[in-house]
Amino acid sequence: MTAMTDPDTLAVEKEARRERLFTRINKADGTFRVLGLSWITPLLKIMAGDRPGAHLKDIWRMLAVPLIAILCFLALWATLAPRVQTSLGAIPGPQQVWEQVGVLHSDAQREWAREAQFYERLEARNEALREAGQADRIRERTYTGAPTYYSQIWTSLQTVFFGFLIATAVAVPIGIACGLSASFNAAMNPIIQIFKPVSPLAWLPIVTMVVSALYTTQDGWFEKAFLTSAITVTLCSLWPTLINTALGVASIDKDLVNVGRVLKLDTKTRILKLVLPSALPLIFTGLRLSLGVGWMVLIAAEMLAQNPGLGKFVWDEFQNGSSDSLARIMVAVLTIGIIGYLLDRLMYAIQSMFTFSATR
Amino acid sequence: MLATVLGTGAAHAEFIFPEKDELTFGFIKLTDMAPLAVAYELGYFEEEGLYVTLEPQANWKVLLDGVIDGQLDGAHMLAGQPLAATIGYGTEAHIVTPFSMDLNGNGITVSNEVWAMMEEHVPHDDAGLPIHPISAEALAPVVEAFNDRGESFNMGMVFPVSTHNYELRYWLAAGGLHPGYYSPDNTTGQIDADVLLSVTPPPQMPATLEAGTIHGYCVGEPWNQQAVFKGIGVPVITDYQIWENNPEKVFGMTAEFVEENPNTALLVTKALIRAAIWLDENDNANRPEAVEILSRPNYVGADAEVIAASMTGTFEFEEGDVRDIPDFNVFFRYYATYPFYSDAVWYLTQMRRWGQIAEPQPDSWFDEVARSVYRPDIYMQAAQMVIDEGYATEADFPFGTDGYKDPTDAFLDGVMYDGRQPNAYLDSLTIGLKGDESVGG
Repeated sequence: MTAMTDPDTLAVEKEARRERLFTRINKADGTFRVLGLSWITPLLKIMAGDRPGAHLKDIWRMLAVPLIAILCFLALWATLAPRVQTSLGAIPGPQQVWEQVGVLHSDAQREWAREAQFYERLEARNEALREAGQADRIRERTYTGAPTYYSQIWTSLQTVFFGFLIATAVAVPIGIACGLSASFNAAMNPIIQIFKPVSPLAWLPIVTMVVSALYTTQDGWFEKAFLTSAITVTLCSLWPTLINTALGVASIDKDLVNVGRVLKLDTKTRILKLVLPSALPLIFTGLRLSLGVGWMVLIAAEMLAQNPGLGKFVWDEFQNGSSDSLARIMVAVLTIGIIGYLLDRLMYAIQSMFTFSATR
Repeated sequence: MLATVLGTGAAHAEFIFPEKDELTFGFIKLTDMAPLAVAYELGYFEEEGLYVTLEPQANWKVLLDGVIDGQLDGAHMLAGQPLAATIGYGTEAHIVTPFSMDLNGNGITVSNEVWAMMEEHVPHDDAGLPIHPISAEALAPVVEAFNDRGESFNMGMVFPVSTHNYELRYWLAAGGLHPGYYSPDNTTGQIDADVLLSVTPPPQMPATLEAGTIHGYCVGEPWNQQAVFKGIGVPVITDYQIWENNPEKVFGMTAEFVEENPNTALLVTKALIRAAIWLDENDNANRPEAVEILSRPNYVGADAEVIAASMTGTFEFEEGDVRDIPDFNVFFRYYATYPFYSDAVWYLTQMRRWGQIAEPQPDSWFDEVARSVYRPDIYMQAAQMVIDEGYATEADFPFGTDGYKDPTDAFLDGVMYDGRQPNAYLDSLTIGLKGDESVGG
């Protein structure tokens, strides 16, 4: 009944579909690469019907080799760790660490249950107050129990981003000024050189004292501890952004600058239309480095100043000296590492959205 | 029902509401913070309408600074801290205490190496066990041996005005070893010292001993029992044996806070009294539960068996040498929570003895300082509320006391202490400043 389709047309259509599929896969490859999942591309291509040969090699290199490396690391860890006897028992192997992940999770669940009970009690209390004619005493309160592991992670993330945002707000304008004016650059240079290598542990006491002196309100927006950690992060992490911004601005194409002069652009337009776009790749490189530094610094700051977050978790466990402490600290170490990696990927993703010349 | 939910006495017609009801209290990871953990976990704070956050602190200095600059509304403190801050030794601030947290609870531990050297100078009983209490006289030859090979003998304590510093000094001095003086220019406390004492935060004691930086330490529990469990040290004496039922930690708040929030201070004290009662109730029947609470990572966090070793009426000296010390940690019995002036005065005498108070002071000065820091008035008001609500009886509290305990000689060296005569007490001690003496340099 229906007209027989010409086998040639069929083949052509199939070829076109394949072509489209591959274009799509190649397009997605960019995203995978940003996410650090570039091994998916060859897998998809094989599934789409490409000849496996060359792709298998890619898969081997991108997926199998890293997996084997991780397995080797785990095996080495599992065999060597129990041989180191500390006074808290042997160094925990991967299995004990994984067990503690479970324990931390069930601790968190228990805490959530207690939180729910707390709100029930609060409701009962408010009800009683209402009946007693003390309605003006009724207040909404937040639960005051121990922070869960998840909430510690969340606190650390908030702190690092807050510090990082301040650092960016400070570093980018100064960096642009440095890049535009050689004299300003000469003025800033010694200060940058001296303060750049200072450790967070040296900044912390100063920041603590200054924050305590200046931020005296008790019911402000921020906790003092939060501000102390965040500002320490700022002080240590603004340098890569500053230096890279200055470099990026200073190295824009002289022709562009001349065009700007000919067109008699005002400073604001010049910065927005000429300087920023061409300096963006380097600015983002700086931001990526800054966030990495900030994350590293934050953990140290939290540890020393006992500010809430993952750093405090590590320090508290070290002080607890229980037989599970080492395994718990290792859970934190792995968490810190994985989050640091994800943060870097996030910045890389943003970087590749804004710039075309981003290289790894 | 309403009364319990609102936490106010049925006998009282009106409610007492705290001026500030969201509070943050600091503590150090030690078993004697138990009243705070118990008051929180058993809901005593909440029943008083107090919403409390408990935060472990890195060390005693950070904790004190937190209270002074208002980050913490109150804290588990060394008894010497409010006194020293009020007289301006170290950081100056007027801190008061309406509640004494416990009696006893500390020990002195030495490394295995030092114990091996000490043991031959310690008398043993027929069963071959060392006879307690062990005097620092047994340590003297060890210190000499260290000095002979050109090494100093170092010991750790937790803070310059800590109970532990004074207990360790008391023990050393009673055994003829000089622990060193403080002077206004030299606050290391090592002038003329045979044994050099330095500050280490409590939870780091075992690690520091293990690292060999110190050869022994004086600290609260569970950090002595931890040394036994880890096999790195041997407790030689508990503070119960140095001074039977000596006062330990206090709960401190700034005078300003107490003045601005009198109801809050009162209700906090009430919740803490109830927690202390619970801890000692029925012959320590609740202690196993307390141990479980304390072993949680957000409180002390050490293994439950380590905490239980001292919290349940025993104390393990050498590995396997477990002895009964039913009063090792007292939270309520013997009026443990009442802030006696005589306790404050004892701490002041020790500050004077070792030169932290550089100038001689008349007896009346000791009394005045004690009265400005210790607040039994708040305590008794809270106690009355606890009685009214049926949680305790009048016999549980020292009604009618003038704040001075009877003179006592329950010390290791048998010296008589009368809180009303601090200068006479100082004169009766062999090692230490007395009369008009002062330390130069």
